[in-house]
Amino acid sequence: MLKINDLHASVEDKDILKGINLEVKPGEVHAIMGPNGSGKSTLASVIAGKEDYEVQKGSISFNGEAIEELDAEERAHKGIFLSFQYPVEIPGVSVTNFIKTAINESRKAQGLEEMPAKDMLKLIREKADLLEIDRNFLSRSLNEGFSGGEKKRNEIFQMAMLDPKLAILDETDSGLDIDALRIVANGVNKLKSKDNSVIVITHYQRLLDYIVPDYVHVLYKGKIVKSGTKELAHELEAKGYDWIKEEVNA
Amino acid sequence: MDLKDKLLSSHLVFEDRSDMGSYVNNLRNDAIKVFQEKGFPSKKDEAWKYTSLNKVLSEDYCVFPKQETALEYNDVKKYFIHDIDTYKIVFIDGKYSSHLSQTTHEGIDVCLMSSALCKPKYRLVIENYFNKAAESDSLSALNTAFSSEGAYIHIPKNKLVEKPIQIIHFSTGNEAAIMLQPRNLIVVDENSHVQIIERHQSLTNNPVLTNSVTEIFAAKRAIVDYYKIQNDNANASLIDNTFIKQKQSSLASVHTFSFGGKLTRNNLNFYQNGERIDSTLKGVTIIGNKQHVDHNTLVHHIEPNCESHQDYKGIFDENSTGVFNGKVVVEKEAQKTNAFQANNNILVSDKATINTKPQLEIFADDVKCSHGCTIGQLDESAMFYMQSRGIPKKEAKALLMFAFSNDVLSSVKIPELKQRITKIIANKLGVSLGFDL
Repeated sequence: MLKINDLHASVEDKDILKGINLEVKPGEVHAIMGPNGSGKSTLASVIAGKEDYEVQKGSISFNGEAIEELDAEERAHKGIFLSFQYPVEIPGVSVTNFIKTAINESRKAQGLEEMPAKDMLKLIREKADLLEIDRNFLSRSLNEGFSGGEKKRNEIFQMAMLDPKLAILDETDSGLDIDALRIVANGVNKLKSKDNSVIVITHYQRLLDYIVPDYVHVLYKGKIVKSGTKELAHELEAKGYDWIKEEVNA
Repeated sequence: MDLKDKLLSSHLVFEDRSDMGSYVNNLRNDAIKVFQEKGFPSKKDEAWKYTSLNKVLSEDYCVFPKQETALEYNDVKKYFIHDIDTYKIVFIDGKYSSHLSQTTHEGIDVCLMSSALCKPKYRLVIENYFNKAAESDSLSALNTAFSSEGAYIHIPKNKLVEKPIQIIHFSTGNEAAIMLQPRNLIVVDENSHVQIIERHQSLTNNPVLTNSVTEIFAAKRAIVDYYKIQNDNANASLIDNTFIKQKQSSLASVHTFSFGGKLTRNNLNFYQNGERIDSTLKGVTIIGNKQHVDHNTLVHHIEPNCESHQDYKGIFDENSTGVFNGKVVVEKEAQKTNAFQANNNILVSDKATINTKPQLEIFADDVKCSHGCTIGQLDESAMFYMQSRGIPKKEAKALLMFAFSNDVLSSVKIPELKQRITKIIANKLGVSLGFDL
């Protein structure tokens, strides 16, 4: 599904990713861990198509198609979804209207008619229930005055609505209490199938107790320095990152 | 002959036609002398430092249109808020159009200035209010000198006017270039409430210069909501001089939506004569392509325990220019004043300019006054957020602009008007959002 080959990327002439190789197959869950400033969020943004980042070398292909030149919205239309660490507030635009716009723009790009209002409403209700989202919440301005937990839940709600092939969850666990974490993880698990994949970016093992990864990668200084299975995450939780840093620096 | 000379000589003709010796005619004769002495403002005047009228004044304007023109309602319907019932006072090339208007004298007076000026039953109101709020700056004086037509609205005590009133000025382009000087008087007595929508619309690309004066008087506990839609053609310029005098516990608000026109200057002045007065001044400006919009506001806090709220948002694209000059004066007696002012701007293009200048003169010592202006670009991370959800750049940009303007849009109290304004913005940005905000 996703194939990243020797990816180098920089922002404002600062090299951040220095040769990433990663392959994610349909149905797989990959976790990317690593200390602060190792390039985790940059990797997520580069896959999703943020303009500030410049790909200098290497390639990203999605379902066999090179995507590194595509705009963010085109990547979204192909089925890539990024859940933001810090979702943006948009006053005056309700959660419902925002997601309606997003869905219909995607449909337009695929040459489909707008989704009938009745179907849209049904879908919104179904996905809101899945994430235990109150109906009143849907008419509030997008992310405005939302608590940390509400913001993240709203991100996963949008993910549920857009039904992506590849979902990248960037620090979705940060700012969540244990109940919110459970609801969010539950939602992600229910949306998972053998055809779609998830990349979970996180500092901590905590989220991975709920969303169990097939593979765990450690990103450090812009490179994947270690890969393993979920046991690697436990080891990191117990020992921290220092031993990895030592290994790399040695 | 330049425009000033032309106006001065035209006034001699105008004088012959007017009722000699009347209260207003004496004012006109005094006012033309003021204009003769001061002339048009230039960039040397502090208040006009960033706005030059030179180009606008260089056209050869017709001051008195020769012929009357009729318009069919269906041809101009789109400029009205037509999905609700309203009173309408409509002018075509400065002349009243009874065909397009819907006035009333039932309990309230919604009619024309020309009839108010000549009928004895309005004399008292005219003598008590006409030119009692307007300043004697050169442009207001010029308007006074030629004042003969406009809207006359008088709401007596304890009336809630259920239908909004629309004041619309059309210019047809029958003259190669035309100068219009409408004069509006709005008197709202105690406990009454009125909503007014004003629009100037040119129907061709012939140059139009409008120098309008509106005087508004809000008595005790009166509520006045005034909305100005400025979405005119590329060769139409507007100098809007609005003066609002408020008495105790009254609420007055002016919302100005500036999207069109060549040069637009809003001189908006609030005077608070009483306690517990609330004044609101809000505006959204979205312009591009050599357009120029200047907001010059004044709030004069004279007595204690009053509030004022100013919130102006501007989005400037291409080589457009914006000016915001917001003056707040708090007199020594005006303790416990709460004056708030914000001016936020987004420059979409490298060639756009905004000049913003807050000006606070505070003589009282127990007040809360705040002001802030910001100039920024469109938030790139917000753009990326929306694009990553599949919303294309143009639509994402539009959503951000709506979000930016939301504080102002959300306080529009007429839902149909709010809808219309969001539609005008969406059209201007070339997007269809598929929902009403």
